[in-house]
Amino acid sequence: MKIIVCVKQVPDAKDVRLDPKTNTLAREGVESIMNPFDRHALEAAVVLKEQYGGTVTAITMGPPQAEETLRDAVACGADEGVLVSDRAFAGADTWATSYTLAKAVEKLGEFDLILCGKQAIDGDTAQVGPGLAQRLDIPYVAYARKITECVDGVIRLERLMDDGYDEIEMGMPALMTVVKEINEPRVPSLKGKMKAKKMQATVLTAADIGADPECLGLQGSTTQVVKVFSPQFSAERCMLTGTVDEQVDQLLVKLEELL
Amino acid sequence: MLKIDKEACIGCGICEDTCTFSAIEVVDGVAVVGDNCTLCGNCVDVCEVGALSIDKVEKKVVADLADWTGVWVYAEFRDGRVAPVAFELLGAGRKLADQLGVPLSAVLLGSGLDNNAQDLVAYGADKVYQIDDPALTHFTDDAYANVFEDLIREHKPEIVLAGATAIGRSFIPRLATMLATGLTADCTALAIREEDGALMQTRPAFGGNIMATIECSTSRPQMATVRPLVLKPNGRDDSRQGEIVKVTPDPARLLSRVKVLRSVREETNEVNINEADVLVAGGRGLDSEKGFEMIRELAGLLGGATAASRAAVDSGWVPYPHQVGQTGKTVCPKVYFACGISGAVQHMVGMQSSDTIIVINRDENAPIFDVATYGVVGDVFEVLPKLISRLQDQRAGEGDN
Ligand SMILES: Cc1cc2nc3c(=O)[nH]c(=O)nc-3n(C[C@H](O)[C@H](O)[C@H](O)COP(=O)(O)OP(=O)(O)OC[C@H]3O[C@@H](n4cnc5c(N)ncnc54)[C@H](O)[C@@H]3O)c2cc1C
Repeated sequence: MKIIVCVKQVPDAKDVRLDPKTNTLAREGVESIMNPFDRHALEAAVVLKEQYGGTVTAITMGPPQAEETLRDAVACGADEGVLVSDRAFAGADTWATSYTLAKAVEKLGEFDLILCGKQAIDGDTAQVGPGLAQRLDIPYVAYARKITECVDGVIRLERLMDDGYDEIEMGMPALMTVVKEINEPRVPSLKGKMKAKKMQATVLTAADIGADPECLGLQGSTTQVVKVFSPQFSAERCMLTGTVDEQVDQLLVKLEELL
Repeated sequence: MLKIDKEACIGCGICEDTCTFSAIEVVDGVAVVGDNCTLCGNCVDVCEVGALSIDKVEKKVVADLADWTGVWVYAEFRDGRVAPVAFELLGAGRKLADQLGVPLSAVLLGSGLDNNAQDLVAYGADKVYQIDDPALTHFTDDAYANVFEDLIREHKPEIVLAGATAIGRSFIPRLATMLATGLTADCTALAIREEDGALMQTRPAFGGNIMATIECSTSRPQMATVRPLVLKPNGRDDSRQGEIVKVTPDPARLLSRVKVLRSVREETNEVNINEADVLVAGGRGLDSEKGFEMIRELAGLLGGATAASRAAVDSGWVPYPHQVGQTGKTVCPKVYFACGISGAVQHMVGMQSSDTIIVINRDENAPIFDVATYGVVGDVFEVLPKLISRLQDQRAGEGDN
């Protein structure tokens, strides 16, 4: 079975914030990591490979330094890494990203399954997976939480819904996005780390994948960022004063009015 | 690509300071752009000598924008009922439609729809397109996206909104790709830009640390999924009149490559903190499980439910279904008590629209006071026991009468 896993390098979201005065992202100490949900997708792919045989290819679209994430993927069990990288991709929204990834996947040839994380923690859009499936014209399922079996070109799985789950069956080639409940990702083995060190990522540029320049990056994006800002919170606040007892008294009066 | 006119650049560094993504740097007196430039254009706006530009190679306008009119709302239907988010979308959609002076329509897909279309009218829809077909009993991305696509191509709405639920976030991206148009996920605010009637879609990014406002300028429809429980529904008005259009789809469009074998509802004995009028929330400031008991006690006395910050949940004092915020629930009770909670953005996005917010925190500079209706600067271990005992006295007094 030939499995492709889409991985994205993201800034560790918990460290990212805007400086309210300058409106810039805080620079210090923001680490780049593999998108946590993609790690679960990778693990699911490696488990499938162990069960049914085959290969796992990790693919990422990003700047040259995103190769680190491919190395990480190989350390965790992927067989090879593909870096789709070109200045022309800058400013891509999910529409342009799914186009670029689809062209790259087509370039790689036949496959059985594409796995993605349910969303990336920087953009949180959850749109690239479904968009990619549509562009490749293959069936897909979002929010897979369990893969039951994968035989005779048919995959059975459970998808998480807001009120429970659905048992699903679909023919391959297909795509699915996974939630973190699907597995517990492994830590890289020593052997994996050795392999990762030696890994040579295949690099694909816009020309390599035969992309239409009009569909790439900012130019190819259907959405544009008008502005970014820090979340604003405000209220007509009334700070209570006095001793603790007096403040409690005031609170009781307010509660009386409110309830 | 971002262009820098080296002659014009005076190396002042204003662009460097403004760049949200640290993608621009002044090297040897000239600005240099790096690979992580997202072309947001902030630097272009601030450059005082006009040395920066983004060459927007004439973007082709894909759709004849003026042909598209009207606001549509996807009314998610599952298990015999319309998802509550549909009514919230109708409330928000009504305002957008009125501002644009266009009709508001709802799209209802499923099987056994009964009188649900009438409810959508009562909550603000002028028109309901409904497809009632056994093939739509289970949700499948293929069938739902196909029939929706056909409706949109035929009627050309300028705006299409859906709930950011498991279903919405699954098939709406596929639909947007089919229509070759833009989609903004998980919005928390929508507005119409006065000048040109464009839809301004605001959403959190980077785990809620940053907000971004997004537009879709060259294609139609403008599509957004909207986070549940953020926007408010209008009140029900049964006197409202609306047209219900029953559509028979092309059978071929109802076929799905994905088969749903079984749909299982998982009984959750989860508390639903969304429904309480009073929520008493505790954070790390409660110090221990024992401290958190005060939160339960106060909630009990006020006939409310308990809620918590992630720090309190992570400490194991209270289970996850009680968590409020970005990765927990969005709530909007009549009264929200925030006790020993600092007010991280990820917490505040989940509770800021509560009617009244009462804050108890010993740090007068805690950001949570920014959203407080009433603020008490004090120690929870002093304030809460007093408040609890006074309420107990009141209750006992009521009992005597
Ligand atoms: C991607 C992401 C998603 C997140 N999602 C959520 C979410 O959904 N919900 C959420 O809540 N958080 C979320 N967080 C975490 C959030 O950033 C904060 O870490 C968290 O909300 C802090 O909880 P807290 O206010 O209880 O604790 P702290 O920030 O530690 O604040 C404790 C407060 O208690 C006060 N205090 C201490 N002792 C006392 C006392 N004796 N009397 C009175 N006051 C006292 C202190 O002054 C302080 O203000 C998320 C973070 C990330 C990165």
